[in-house]
Amino acid sequence: MIPRLELRSITKCYPGTVANDAVSLSILPGEIHAVLGENGAGKSTLMKIIYGAAQADSGEIYCDGRRIEAHNPAISRSLGIEMVYQHFALFESVSVVENIALAVKGTFDLDRLAAEIKTLSARYGMPIDPHRRVHDLSVGERQRVEIVRCLLQSPKLLILDEPTSVLTPQAVVKLFETLRQLASEGCSIVYISHKLDEVQELCDTATVLRNGKVTSTAKPKESTSLELARMMVGSQLPQMHVSPSAPSAKPLLEVRGLSAPARDKYGTELTDVSLEVHGGEIVGLAGVSGNGQAELIALLSGERTHPRAETILIGGRPSGHLNAGERRKLGMAFVPEERLGRGAVPPHALWENAVLTAHRAGLVRNALVDRRRAGEFARHIIERFKVKANGPQASAQSLSGGNLQKFIVGRELTLEPKILLVSQPTWGVDVGAAAFIRQTLVDLSRGGAAVLVVSEELDELFEICDRLLVISNGRVSPPLIRKQTNREEIGLLMTRVGHGETRRSEVALED
Amino acid sequence: MRIAAPVIATALTFLAGSVLFAALGYDPLATLHAFFVAPINSTNGLSEWLLKASPLILIACGLAVGFRANIWNIGAEGQLIIGAIAACGVGLFYPDPESPLLIPLMFLAGAGAGMAWAAIPAFLRARMNTNEILVTLMLTYIATLLLSFLVHGPWRDPAGFNYPQTALLPAAAMFEPFDYSYRLNPSIFITAVAVVMMWLFTDRSFLGYKMSVSGAAPLAARYAGFRESSAVWTGLLAGGAAAGIAGMAEVAGPLGQLSPQISPGYGFAAIIVAFIGRLNAFGIVLGGLLMSLLFLGGETVQMTLGLPAALTRIFQGILLFFLLAADFFIYYRLRLPEHA
Repeated sequence: MIPRLELRSITKCYPGTVANDAVSLSILPGEIHAVLGENGAGKSTLMKIIYGAAQADSGEIYCDGRRIEAHNPAISRSLGIEMVYQHFALFESVSVVENIALAVKGTFDLDRLAAEIKTLSARYGMPIDPHRRVHDLSVGERQRVEIVRCLLQSPKLLILDEPTSVLTPQAVVKLFETLRQLASEGCSIVYISHKLDEVQELCDTATVLRNGKVTSTAKPKESTSLELARMMVGSQLPQMHVSPSAPSAKPLLEVRGLSAPARDKYGTELTDVSLEVHGGEIVGLAGVSGNGQAELIALLSGERTHPRAETILIGGRPSGHLNAGERRKLGMAFVPEERLGRGAVPPHALWENAVLTAHRAGLVRNALVDRRRAGEFARHIIERFKVKANGPQASAQSLSGGNLQKFIVGRELTLEPKILLVSQPTWGVDVGAAAFIRQTLVDLSRGGAAVLVVSEELDELFEICDRLLVISNGRVSPPLIRKQTNREEIGLLMTRVGHGETRRSEVALED
Repeated sequence: MRIAAPVIATALTFLAGSVLFAALGYDPLATLHAFFVAPINSTNGLSEWLLKASPLILIACGLAVGFRANIWNIGAEGQLIIGAIAACGVGLFYPDPESPLLIPLMFLAGAGAGMAWAAIPAFLRARMNTNEILVTLMLTYIATLLLSFLVHGPWRDPAGFNYPQTALLPAAAMFEPFDYSYRLNPSIFITAVAVVMMWLFTDRSFLGYKMSVSGAAPLAARYAGFRESSAVWTGLLAGGAAAGIAGMAEVAGPLGQLSPQISPGYGFAAIIVAFIGRLNAFGIVLGGLLMSLLFLGGETVQMTLGLPAALTRIFQGILLFFLLAADFFIYYRLRLPEHA
């Protein structure tokens, strides 16, 4: 059979690094092919080359046996190659249907397209309202838009860069059904993921990249995840040590009857949320994206304030009215879901981004920024968290998503907070680094800090949390002890129909 | 490439200027010479060049502080006028016209009045989220009319043959020129200090850092807990103070009195200077010198070749236009739509 896509000896250099070094691979029609590798192994660069968004320095690309010369995304689309980026390429100020219309060939008929989006997204279990504006969507919802945009093109080769990192377990099942159905219709799929169990479940073959080179190929269904992980990392994986928690007598973070209106008409209203996080424990907040996590975390971090100070207590002190800076003075630190533009200033260098929240750690003296210390601070994070970057002078936007995440997590952890809020701590981070980040979170909590983790990855929550909360439609469940609950109970709470209201999360489950 | 844009824009401005001159029937080379070389071909020319560059650089430094945080103060012209009025008021009405305190007091009055004028949009923006572009611009018209009212009415010089102008300031209320043959005076040192302060503020200070975060990523500023209102106040007050001081330096320097037209549009031209200078202290110095040369050149060709006075404004406009265009083409690439 002629391969749908064949790469021969693709090499691509960026200043300072070789992103791809003589990479060859071939994908048959209807094959689901995984590309595995750590952050910075060259996966994203390779995908950009396949899609034509970047040009290889040398090497050849063949599609259905025909060589592609002078590659670019327009040629890709005409050949039926579609790609879902890890960083979404959506225009935030316009609606979903307008975004998709820009990428779709043919006449510009928004009403017809909106109807198509509705039916297609519902059919694949990823409902989206085509008329919502993209800036109102959560990261998970934006991902759906990207996937639906590609599916509308009836692609012959679909590239997915970590598509499940922000989807619920149920939505992942649905997505996999969709992908298998596409594959059975002859569509080839390139699948990038850090989640080895998913790769084993879904993919026929896997190509493993390390430092830009193909180190091995494997049949995931016939390999153990440990074998796959070793191929990626090239060494032994770190083991997690979760010692028993010793919670403090009084909670360090306490929320009492917090209600807040939605940010906008697509946000979620918070209703009577109460929760406690004690020092020495990790509390996980599970839930389907868009059920009020964004509102709750903004209110907890102080990015949004609450007129009633006593609804949020930090170390017993009423703090609802305090802004983020004032809460940080009380010992709070926060890792947000969005890295670029919120957790870091994209065009600023890493040392400048260190100053963003670490200015209290002696990086500012006599009202002047101490550049030398800021540089040392950034270098320390880069070394300790193994951030792949061209030193403290590299700009935040030049880092890959996982590496920037490591830097931001590292910055907040280095501040040794008493209370740490973390949203999606390991989203897009490779297995080795994810284990390291989780271990650091556990160590921080065992040192006496209160840690609240918001994540859509149940595995992660079950691995590190002592207690679990479930958020659904702006309401938070009573706490569940991790050792006394299971995935089914949590999953049920995540999608529970409560108080006679219909919810979006429920729609996600409908067949 | 960020630095290349102003250079490209300047070159294109010269080119477009030549075409313009040729179209008007003048020899482009001779006219460019008259425009850009003749004005600074003498000691007096150099003195005038620096004299006019000084307020432009001073105001641009103040404005750039706000521009870096996306605080758009368009009303420096009004803040300059109010600063000039306040400084002149002190100079005219201070009981002791020979007091050595006059200059420092006028300096404080100018700075304070400029800041007070800028505090109005700052307060409205911080409290009620009004648009500072509109408010600063409208306050400029109010300042112009206030100046006109004063020089036509209560402050008119009784011995001034009914001309709409105030009495001349006493000598102690004026900067003493370096040389009485020329108009250049020590107020340029104020500008020099402002340039260094601006560099220190934007490149080294924590407050400047916070403002650059506000400008580059407002959500990150909120995430870190930097108050938006502090960026608004700092940005507008810095611009107001700089413009007010520039106004003071004008009345205490070359003008010596108030009249209805005390500024040839320094407050607006300084906006262009700030952008040509890439909101950077030393870039602003170069931008100010270029803009000052445009003012001088415009006057020279008007006098020697009889070209219209509007030419100065046209050149300013062409320069800003090319700068914005150069920026655009550096960051974006135009392509014809592909036909699939």
